[in-house]
Amino acid sequence: MTDVSLEQTSHEAGMGDYFALFKPRVMSLVVFTALVGLVVAPVPVHPFIAFVAILCIAVGAGASGALNMWWDADIDRIMRRTAKRPIPSGKVQPGEALGLGLTLSAFSVILLALATNFLAAGLLAFTIFFYAVIYSMWLKRSTPQNIVIGGAAGAFPPMIGWAVATGGISLESILMFALIFMWTPPHFWALAIFVKSDYGNAGVPMLTETHGRRVTRNHIMGYMIALVPVALAISFTSIGGPIYLATAVALNLWFLRACFRVWRRDEAQAEADNFAAEKAAFKVSLYYLFLHFSALLAEAALRPWGFGGW
Amino acid sequence: MSIKVEHELHQRRKGRNMGLLGLLLAFVALVFLLTVVKVQELGDASKFQGYDHVVQPALVPLEGEEGAVVSQ
Repeated sequence: MTDVSLEQTSHEAGMGDYFALFKPRVMSLVVFTALVGLVVAPVPVHPFIAFVAILCIAVGAGASGALNMWWDADIDRIMRRTAKRPIPSGKVQPGEALGLGLTLSAFSVILLALATNFLAAGLLAFTIFFYAVIYSMWLKRSTPQNIVIGGAAGAFPPMIGWAVATGGISLESILMFALIFMWTPPHFWALAIFVKSDYGNAGVPMLTETHGRRVTRNHIMGYMIALVPVALAISFTSIGGPIYLATAVALNLWFLRACFRVWRRDEAQAEADNFAAEKAAFKVSLYYLFLHFSALLAEAALRPWGFGGW
Repeated sequence: MSIKVEHELHQRRKGRNMGLLGLLLAFVALVFLLTVVKVQELGDASKFQGYDHVVQPALVPLEGEEGAVVSQ
């Protein structure tokens, strides 16, 4: 009995509630891609410096997640997928998320600058700014191309990892950026098709709402075709090799097939099997990115033994 | 219904305090280890002993040695 009234008045969050502000699942992708960017770079980094760098990138990503949740609390409350997030569920106060987000952003950028170099820190600062301000505050609610441009924020981590090691930007790091950047639209729009009604209720101009699901299917196919040359091009740079090429060919055929199925269908077919093809394409997209970066990691790991690379 | 001194709220607060303690200790360890690694990476001691504004005889190159300042 008393529990009910206390739940409403306490407003005291546990450690786990603050951690949930950092979007741990997005963070895991950021950590993985940043680590790959760092490891495949031709300049060796001291393991502890690498650890600190990855920690900074993870904290920076988490901080931008907290800023995003602070700004988007109003629409998160409406959407089923996000209603249980710490702010809409009342576990964390909006001001706490803002304070935590701003403090940890500054902390992660400054520590990365001290531990590694200013280019890496600058890229991290830009990524946080891009995600919190350009994407969350501006694009997300104003254009159906929101996730295309916003995808850049998720694409920066391997570039930061590369900058940590080399202190520079190169063709390899730009291609790793492009791989995630081009992958984001088919990945996210596949999701948007099967959680469609939610974005509509919250007034987010997702492509499915503004132009319909037919146009979204065409866009998925279009971006998928544009993604293929980017993924294959990495094979022929200094970080690629036969293992990566073989993996990329297989994964691109797999993802192309999944996207082709999504593109071919009409709404009646999708409703009939409860968006099975769209859900499958979303799942394939997760493997697609993870395995591409795993292949790059394998190339780098095998290089000292004479394997890996051309 | 009995009145519990230890409410779930106290446990949550304790968890938060211990979590913060852990984070602060981890931060201290992080800065310390980072300092050790950074200093070790320099290799040559003269690179980091020049900042205290005191001439250290051990680090002043001998005359005739490479890098020595020839006095007029």
